[in-house]
Amino acid sequence: MLTCKQFLQELDEYLEKSLDAAEYAELQKHVNECPNCFVVCDTTEKTVKVFKGMDCKPVPEDIRGRLMDAMEKKMREKCGPKDPPSVP
Amino acid sequence: MSTFAAPTAFDETALVAAAKAGDSGAFSELIRHYDRRVFRMAKQITQNDDDAEDVLQETFLKAYTHLEDFQGNSKFYTWVVRIAVNEALMKLRKRRSDRTVPLDDPIDTGEDEVVREIAVWDQNPEDTYSREELGTILDEAVQSLKPAYRTVFILRDIEELSIEETAETLNLSISAVKSRLLRARLQLREKLTRLFKNKGDDAFAYL
Repeated sequence: MLTCKQFLQELDEYLEKSLDAAEYAELQKHVNECPNCFVVCDTTEKTVKVFKGMDCKPVPEDIRGRLMDAMEKKMREKCGPKDPPSVP
Repeated sequence: MSTFAAPTAFDETALVAAAKAGDSGAFSELIRHYDRRVFRMAKQITQNDDDAEDVLQETFLKAYTHLEDFQGNSKFYTWVVRIAVNEALMKLRKRRSDRTVPLDDPIDTGEDEVVREIAVWDQNPEDTYSREELGTILDEAVQSLKPAYRTVFILRDIEELSIEETAETLNLSISAVKSRLLRARLQLREKLTRLFKNKGDDAFAYL
């Protein structure tokens, strides 16, 4: 019989379903019979989900402006020799 | 001025190919598409706006300089994330070089997997909080993690690298990534449950 601690150690594998069928079934049996592990499993899954849906704010305009300035400088350096007519 | 990439026009493979062929506009388009994610990750790791800006610039300058080294074995963004996370960790090491505890070597106190908050969430956080409020809550939760756990969580669960890619990026074993990820998730679950729990559902004892 699986203990709660053993279940917890396998929680990620259980959530990601990266176990073989027998191991998965054993964990599933535990989670169905243990209300605490059911809640921990459910709230851990929700935790991961809420981070995956996390909003990503745009880069502030001033920071983006400096980034693009630095990039343009680098791009000019890289492309520079091609622009003027080649000199022997 | 709007800086959003056109939602239907983004074709990473084509833009990378064009950038490799010398189209700097294509590379700028890649930057516009990914800069916010790189900046967010840099801030989450360094916890400092100035360092995050440096990381943002260094990442795209290096990516541009070494674009020919990108072989297409992973997604372009995964390759960029690897550059960014290394830049961010370098910043962090530099800033904390006087500390005696290495950043990537968590001390195992045996208490990281303790579960105290056993309660269902009585709400869908996306419905209860504005996107801004929820973003602040999640940012603060991630920032409260130890750096070694935080970095693994960011790469795996926010940037959605695979376990293998996360291990390779951080030069860790697969088992170390799995162990740190579990601890990070449980610690975050603990923090979020304190905020989102059904207040009447707090009676279980556990472990």
